[in-house]
Amino acid sequence: MMAHSAHGEATASSGHDAGETRRDFLMLGTGAIGAFGVAAVAWPFIDQMNPAADVLALSTTEVDISKIEVGQSITVIWRGSPVFVRRRTPEEIKAAEEVNLNELKDPQPDSERVKPGKAEWLILVGVCTHLGCIPQGQRSGENRGEYGGWLCSCHGSQYDTSGRIRKGPAPLNLAVPPYSFTSDTVVFIGAGQEASKA
Amino acid sequence: MSDAPRFKNPVVRWVDHRLPIFSFLHHQQVYPAPRNLNYWWNFGSLAGIMLVVMIVTGIVLAMHYTPHATMAFDSVERIMRDVNYGWLLRYLHMNGASMFFIVVYIHVFRGLYYGSYKAPRELLWIIGIIILLLMMATAFMGYVLPWGQMSYWGAKVITSFFTAIPLVGQSITEWLWGGFNVDNATLNRFFSLHYLLPFVIVAVVFLHLWALHHHKSNNPLGIDIKGSQDTIPFHPYYTVKDNFGIGVFLLVYAAFVFFGPNFFGEPENYIRANPLVTPPHIVPEWYFLPYYAILRAVDDNFIGSWILFGYTLIDAKLAGVIAMFASILILCFLPWLDRSPVRSARFRPAYRWFFWILLLDAFILGWVGANAPDGVWNGIPFLWIGRIATLYYFLHFIIIMPLLSVFERPDPLPHSISQPVLKGGGFAPARVHAKPMEKA
Amino acid sequence: MMRKIGLLGAVVVLLAMGGNAVAAEGELPRQEWSFNSIFGTYDEAALQRGFLVYKDVCSACHSMNLLSYRHLSGTGLSEDQIKAVAASVQVPDGPNDEGEMFERAGLQSDRFKAPFPNEQAARAANNGAYPPDLSLMAKARPGGPDYIYAILTGYEEPPAGFQLNEGMSYNEYFAVSANQIAMPPPLSDGAVTYADGTEATVPQMARDVAAFLAWAAEPNLNERHQIGVGVMLFLIVLTACLYAVYRKVWADVH
Repeated sequence: MMAHSAHGEATASSGHDAGETRRDFLMLGTGAIGAFGVAAVAWPFIDQMNPAADVLALSTTEVDISKIEVGQSITVIWRGSPVFVRRRTPEEIKAAEEVNLNELKDPQPDSERVKPGKAEWLILVGVCTHLGCIPQGQRSGENRGEYGGWLCSCHGSQYDTSGRIRKGPAPLNLAVPPYSFTSDTVVFIGAGQEASKA
Repeated sequence: MSDAPRFKNPVVRWVDHRLPIFSFLHHQQVYPAPRNLNYWWNFGSLAGIMLVVMIVTGIVLAMHYTPHATMAFDSVERIMRDVNYGWLLRYLHMNGASMFFIVVYIHVFRGLYYGSYKAPRELLWIIGIIILLLMMATAFMGYVLPWGQMSYWGAKVITSFFTAIPLVGQSITEWLWGGFNVDNATLNRFFSLHYLLPFVIVAVVFLHLWALHHHKSNNPLGIDIKGSQDTIPFHPYYTVKDNFGIGVFLLVYAAFVFFGPNFFGEPENYIRANPLVTPPHIVPEWYFLPYYAILRAVDDNFIGSWILFGYTLIDAKLAGVIAMFASILILCFLPWLDRSPVRSARFRPAYRWFFWILLLDAFILGWVGANAPDGVWNGIPFLWIGRIATLYYFLHFIIIMPLLSVFERPDPLPHSISQPVLKGGGFAPARVHAKPMEKA
Repeated sequence: MMRKIGLLGAVVVLLAMGGNAVAAEGELPRQEWSFNSIFGTYDEAALQRGFLVYKDVCSACHSMNLLSYRHLSGTGLSEDQIKAVAASVQVPDGPNDEGEMFERAGLQSDRFKAPFPNEQAARAANNGAYPPDLSLMAKARPGGPDYIYAILTGYEEPPAGFQLNEGMSYNEYFAVSANQIAMPPPLSDGAVTYADGTEATVPQMARDVAAFLAWAAEPNLNERHQIGVGVMLFLIVLTACLYAVYRKVWADVH
């Protein structure tokens, strides 16, 4: 890295008369300019570790939901993590909406976790908020736990039909990723705040 | 250290009592340096800066580079196009290598001119040659990593030299390659070694600086430090001078990085490596060109008539390789080939001529190395220019330097660094003095 | 002083030699490019025209594997335009849940679609010659965009007595293979229709596609020049300050 060393200011002299003061000013000024240079040079070395353009380009995904039946779940990949897309049955929706919020470790009404008018569709990041395992419940036949949502077999966290934590060590509800319906059959996952190119 | 300064800060004192790092740093600050050093003495610190730059840029590049034959080229292009500021880091590293060699070559020629290799600095000089060899190995392997056409074919040509070793050559070469050709196995190990060697260089640089600090720097007059009147503390005098030198140097470096990033490079290396297509001209990077010329100066016609013990012991390829390495290793013998008691060329008018001729010879060798071996210049084949330049190179060290030691009449030396002009004007011829070589 | 002059002379000689090595193609005519000077930048209009030439003419045989459609934002195209360009091609994808490969409309994140799946198919379709990938062509040849322009406008009738091999064309600037090039003249007047109304003559298309290829090889040139100017100015100021500090500190030594 270009080391603009800021040695300029390190003099032992004391600044008594005007000449000395001018010299100190010169040292300080040079040191400041040098320090600015060092910071400016450091930035690219730090920024290069940030996600590169191709990683950002894959930071969104579009999901075709037209073939998902009622009661069916699919898993897609988004930013390297699984995302659960579940088309809920009316019973599952009712159960989610009727839960008393006081019972919840991380209180959140079901309406906040789905899009208005699209309560059928529950889209969650499928990563347990305890220590990161992938909960079970996506495939038919898998144990969904006592609350009909998902069960994490690592340490026993159980989520309900809105993906909220009900039992077990996980502290938070399953995360809802930023998404939007670009049409009735296509969901766009990813906020588009960065360079979304997919 | 009984004369270590008392630090005011109690934390500093606590640490220093257990690990005298602050005393060490203080010693570097007050370290006495000759008061008369000129700008040619800036290049050592510039070399140190470049070593740091290359290591730092190399480490961040290694975060994105993939050392596999099918992915290396693309990973470099990904760095150039998609990694944030990747183009800048790559160009810094690429041009940094050239700047590193420019700085080190100037540093070496400074040593040649001012006799910095003479006693008591012979080991300092030899350690420097070792650093140069390590740099060359590092640069050679680094150039292979992008896996372009020149990367691949340069690696092929240079590693094939080892086949010239009698009896075990082919085995050694296959051992180096990890296979029967330059391929992925070679690339992977070159990446590992390319990452390793710079840290070996750091360790050897530490030895280099330790040796330097023991007898202190040489100076343009080439005469020993007699006392504190001849020296000034390194800080602030040479720190500020080095800083200024760094500023000038960075201007040159930045000019290449931002406005001519491919000036030192070969367009051919922007083509993916293809083992089935040989480039029209295989050339190494510019800093290897003189050695390349020496290597190619020896060919069958030249050496074929040398028969030892009834059969040809050394074929042209091996002779070329030996000559190439000899051209660097001979520098290690310089303190014993040049026995003049006068260090600095400033007082050696005859040697000065030969110094400049040697420098010119080095440029000529580089120019020959850049051209096709069967080319001609104004009717003269490059092969013969290269041979004469190579012969002269060895002549300089083996014949001219020892002869100069005996027959040269050097100018009279000044009395001391701080009093370069003796009152009265007349002073004894340098050889009578014999003092400059005394230990400081 | 003598030493300095000698050293300078040696350096100048070396640079002159280096310059010769670059211009080894002989009479390669130099063109004016908007991006050539220190303050130079790419001309976005030329880049977009050049991309059209690549897309409609060159991409039939030449891949550009290192570019993705999203990179086209560097030519000044809007995101919608880029999406449309990507969506207009079918790219391979898969395997699907049945294990089969399929084709789908392109996305911005996709690489440029290659005309052939591999080198062998490319050779088979081109009489054994392999149309090289163009992503880095402007940096992979001495003379760069000048060379590309020269090749594209350098097709001529072979001189009398010239032995032209079967299927080859004569090109004045294709020196690497004794003026015989396997690519037939790719450009003809009016081969594309420019959206901005520029007349699509062969020299115009050659110039535009050469500029586009220069950009494709070095997309960050604008930023590099911009930062470079800032860095040089900064370093000049800093070095002047460092020099002043040096003189001040050394004032009491002399």
